[in-house]
Amino acid sequence: MEKLLSIVDLEWYRNKLLSKEDEKKTRLYICMTGCRAYGAIELRDSLEEEIKKQGLSDQVEVRSTGCHGFCAKAPVIFIEPPGVQYQEVTPEDAVEIVSVTLKQKRLIERLAYKDPKTGNPIYYRDQIPFYKKQVKRVLANCGRIDPTKIEHYIAEGGYKALVKALSRMTPEEVIEEVISAKLRGRGGAGFPTGRKWKSCRQAPGDSKYVICNADEGDPGAFMDRAVLEGDPHSVLEGMLIGAYAIGAETGYIYVREEYPIAVEHLTIAIEQMKELGLLGENILGTGFNFNIEINKGAGAFVCGEATALMASIEGRRGMPRVKYIHTVESGLWNKPSNLNNVETWANVPLIINNGAKWYGEVGTENSKGTKIFSLAGKVSNTGLVEVPIGVTIKEVVFDIGGGTPKGRKFKAVQIGGPSGGCVPAQYIHLPIDYDTLQRIGSIMGSGGMVVMDENNCMVEIARYFLSFTQSESCGKCAPCRLGTTQLLEILTRITQGRGRIEDLDTLRELGETIIKTSM
Amino acid sequence: MELKETDWVRLEEIINKYNGDSCSLIPLLQDIQETFGYIPPESIESIAEALGLFPSQVQGVITFYAGLSLEPKGKYIVRVCRGTACHVKGGRSILRVVRKELGLEEGETSPDYQFTLETVACLGTCFLAPTLMVNKTYFGKLSPPKVTTILAQYGKEKEES
Repeated sequence: MEKLLSIVDLEWYRNKLLSKEDEKKTRLYICMTGCRAYGAIELRDSLEEEIKKQGLSDQVEVRSTGCHGFCAKAPVIFIEPPGVQYQEVTPEDAVEIVSVTLKQKRLIERLAYKDPKTGNPIYYRDQIPFYKKQVKRVLANCGRIDPTKIEHYIAEGGYKALVKALSRMTPEEVIEEVISAKLRGRGGAGFPTGRKWKSCRQAPGDSKYVICNADEGDPGAFMDRAVLEGDPHSVLEGMLIGAYAIGAETGYIYVREEYPIAVEHLTIAIEQMKELGLLGENILGTGFNFNIEINKGAGAFVCGEATALMASIEGRRGMPRVKYIHTVESGLWNKPSNLNNVETWANVPLIINNGAKWYGEVGTENSKGTKIFSLAGKVSNTGLVEVPIGVTIKEVVFDIGGGTPKGRKFKAVQIGGPSGGCVPAQYIHLPIDYDTLQRIGSIMGSGGMVVMDENNCMVEIARYFLSFTQSESCGKCAPCRLGTTQLLEILTRITQGRGRIEDLDTLRELGETIIKTSM
Repeated sequence: MELKETDWVRLEEIINKYNGDSCSLIPLLQDIQETFGYIPPESIESIAEALGLFPSQVQGVITFYAGLSLEPKGKYIVRVCRGTACHVKGGRSILRVVRKELGLEEGETSPDYQFTLETVACLGTCFLAPTLMVNKTYFGKLSPPKVTTILAQYGKEKEES
């Protein structure tokens, strides 16, 4: 690959890629990330072999992609045209798929999704209830492009937003656009992203940093993993735009080591950007310099917290610090640093490309855009979903998720990870947005949703979460270190049938003290 | 598997790669961890000296992070997920079976260095719940018999080799 020296070069390259694309080709998309655990690699190999054997190599392209979303039915493949999804496909099905569907253009009932009520097959993806209510914006490329090929991303319009920002917008205008889009941090707290950027830009100092928090540690959350594995360039493009707006020349991605595929795809993506000149000095001849480094986490949940994460990048124990020193003024190496999570960064190119007005067409008054959730636990359609902010919990868990399996009663859904809460059945008609969830005592969190049915004991779940927070407490401040241990002891006793009535008061008192006094 | 003497030549090579930059402490330790399967305690002083740190700082970082270990690990690291989704789908009984099959508690390594048993906060593959990982391979929708079969496979390799 030759370096792209100007914006014209990039557009020329994009046109060249598009002209090479064969519109007549049938594309067979196969998830090569999450579905790997169900034998997707063997499936891809046997499909490719069969296509070759039956002489269709020049008519069909087999594309390894990121997550399609419908993980419950893995491995999933998508054939377009005609837009058909097959599920739970095995390598043995390859012969039939190639000869019947690809050659004779007939559909295979056995491999189709079945309507749970009627048992009738639903072949076309856009008619499957799981996909119907979703609005795929951030995940638009996920499942459609090969994440290890920058060419695919560019052909789909990738790095157009970067070009727009660099050539037609001042850094201030970029920030204003993000502010008016009302994008809020997708990591959980929901702080307005544009305002954070503005503070960081205005903070005095020559070297500034942008950081991507990819230390997705909340149990039950796998949105960021899917975005990094399936469309890493969207995150990287967002970081480039943010760096331009803030005035940073170095970026860091802090990613969990438990996500080997995400690390691999990010490493490939960054290599390809360097080869094309999208990272380094004088990017696209605009005078903008930027580099990105990957830092692998070393297995500490607390490093998902911004200041602990920065301490870890600096090579220290990952312990948070007091909150009154703002990281946008004094963060990494005491320099102004702007940290956003994976999904937040991936939203940025959409805003710059389409404008704040378009972005705000979905969402609620105070929370615009979409949110990705990972649905897991006692729900029929486990998987990855993207919905407009403000849809109800019921729509996500029942209409998209298909409700609880085996006819058991829905009890609660855990939202927001260990710092969030369990939302009981009575609140199921409430909209999912930052403010509503906070009002009922949970938080939006990063997007993990774990569904529980009547067989799950809520006291036991509380004990489980405390055992988690207790073992992951970094130990720096006493209220958390000692308080969670006490809470855990009491709850363990209760689950063993040795509870005392005064435990309830102690639990409440301890809980309130920990919230008030820990860092 | 016999434990080898610390390979000082390779160790020095790794340490020198990082040019004495104290910010590279964690990547350096991860590098050693990946190469040797653990961080030999006798290497702490050399690392500290090369990066201009106190040995206690290096030791402190190693013991803080679950991904770094001062003890040698087994050929196969079995990581059982204790995430929420796995928990509500019976992850605890999976952990019980693994413990029993391997005869190990969390954090322990078998005397023949074939297996290490670990638990992890969440593997981020909740759609596979309950799930576990052996080195870099995921196994999902586990049941106690399935766990027995999986572990037996890794145990068999040892007998053959």
